Amino acid sequence: MSGGAEPADPVSAAVARAFREERAIVLATLIRQAGDFQLAEDAVQDAFEAAVTVWRRDGVPANPGAWITTAARRRAIDRLRRNRSVADRAERLAELTRLETQHEEPSMDDESTIVDDRLRLVFTCCHPALEMPARVALTLRALGGLTTGEIARAFLVAEPTMGKRIVRAKRKIAEAGIPYRVPADEELPDRLRGVLRVVYLIFNEGYAATEGDRLVREELCDEALRLGELLCRLMPDDAEVWGLSALMLLHDARRAARVDPGGHYVALDAQDRSLWDQGRIGEGLAKLERAVRLRRPGEYQLQAAITTLQIQAPNTEATDWAQIAELYGALGRLNPSPVVELNRAVAVGLASGPAAGLELLESLLGDPALERYQPLHAAHAELLSRAGDTAGAARAYERAIALTANAVERAELERRLGALG
Amino acid sequence: MSQYMLLVYQEAVEPAEQAEREKVTPTLLELHASLREAGLLVGVQRLRSVESATSVRARDGQTEITDGPFAVTKEVLAGYYILDCADLDEALKQAARLPMTGWGTVEVRPVVSADEWVELVRQAGVDVPDEAVKDLA
Repeated sequence: MSGGAEPADPVSAAVARAFREERAIVLATLIRQAGDFQLAEDAVQDAFEAAVTVWRRDGVPANPGAWITTAARRRAIDRLRRNRSVADRAERLAELTRLETQHEEPSMDDESTIVDDRLRLVFTCCHPALEMPARVALTLRALGGLTTGEIARAFLVAEPTMGKRIVRAKRKIAEAGIPYRVPADEELPDRLRGVLRVVYLIFNEGYAATEGDRLVREELCDEALRLGELLCRLMPDDAEVWGLSALMLLHDARRAARVDPGGHYVALDAQDRSLWDQGRIGEGLAKLERAVRLRRPGEYQLQAAITTLQIQAPNTEATDWAQIAELYGALGRLNPSPVVELNRAVAVGLASGPAAGLELLESLLGDPALERYQPLHAAHAELLSRAGDTAGAARAYERAIALTANAVERAELERRLGALG
Repeated sequence: MSQYMLLVYQEAVEPAEQAEREKVTPTLLELHASLREAGLLVGVQRLRSVESATSVRARDGQTEITDGPFAVTKEVLAGYYILDCADLDEALKQAARLPMTGWGTVEVRPVVSADEWVELVRQAGVDVPDEAVKDLA
């Protein structure tokens, strides 16, 4: 439903628009009221199906969101009457029936109820008791506007497989008693980190992967950006929420430049900068500033700051590598990882010369877990070559080439090996 | 007098086969009643599907929560707790307090209430008289 062209006939277009703009809000509220994720989702689905017929017959209502809310609630009541396995069924029915006889629409509720419901939905979909692929799929389906088929295509799995994954996740929510609420204060920081991880994973899945349907992958980036935006609205006091949103915008601004017309990946320093989306970069920088003003540094803010330094410099030589090395150091202290350490070594090598970079690589090269990590050997080769050790560089390039499965990467490494002379 | 815990292991099956299994309910009711009469029965509960399981462990001082049952063969079931909790978050929070999470794993499984057990049996087409319900769990 999302991303595609608007359907030509006005009723279908109105239904598609309502789906995109209202579905997550209606669903979030109905899950709380009906007390069951699956039942609420089915009821909302029923309402959209009914809309196609009724709106064609009676015309598109003045407030489509309110129409969908009422229709979905009625369907939920019908379904609840038939389904006896829902916990607190009698109370749920009474509450829904009470809302039904009231003439106020829940969509007219105060803004904070809607915000709370959407937050509940975010935290339920990203609950750590669900396996990661299920968190991702559920978030995209319930909060983003993606259908099961679209999610399946984006993650290169068959639609029935993805459907089963989503059904299983919803069953686990119901059976295990995963609560529909915003976590208590003492759990909140941890759980929010988990939510951000899900959103960033969605973004990276769309941004970093080189295989699969490109349009669908762009949709994943768009969904992640929308989710980032939503979290900024819902949790404006958290610096990392702004940091993640900034980071995704700064990466996404270069989407068009990172693939050449032949579909090949283009490294940062070879990108045509006129293709960068300056509006998006500005948006990202504004968000990063807002994050920094909250004075709670975190991994996404640091990564966004590194990206900012890289894209604001006119080229590799003029980049402030010393500052970048420092930011990687801070990132490594916050979240120690060999990948961060490798990036720091590369930055130090560019800031203070290859010998300093090679010194930092020593411990990584001795780590058996990284023996087959191609980027480590490619970086090692680069530093050795700049240090004048041509034979050592050639060995390291050969190592890296043997470890790469990607044809484009292999061609690039072979070119550099050949250029050693 | 000692207490013994009897652990029921069985393969998870498709709904049709599960419905077939529910047919043992009259036998179970008799069995539970006779155990209770003999003063042996402390409690009997049915667990929800293994798909609803969540595992909690602590490594390097960090609580890790993962979807799914605990499945490493070297560790054996060493005991159990039955807690009344509002929701999964509460159960996970209490599970994380157990020092055994530091070396072992605590699997958190929701228990099927007596009412629900009866409902499942009846949905499978097996008749259970209301007065027998107290003997089920």
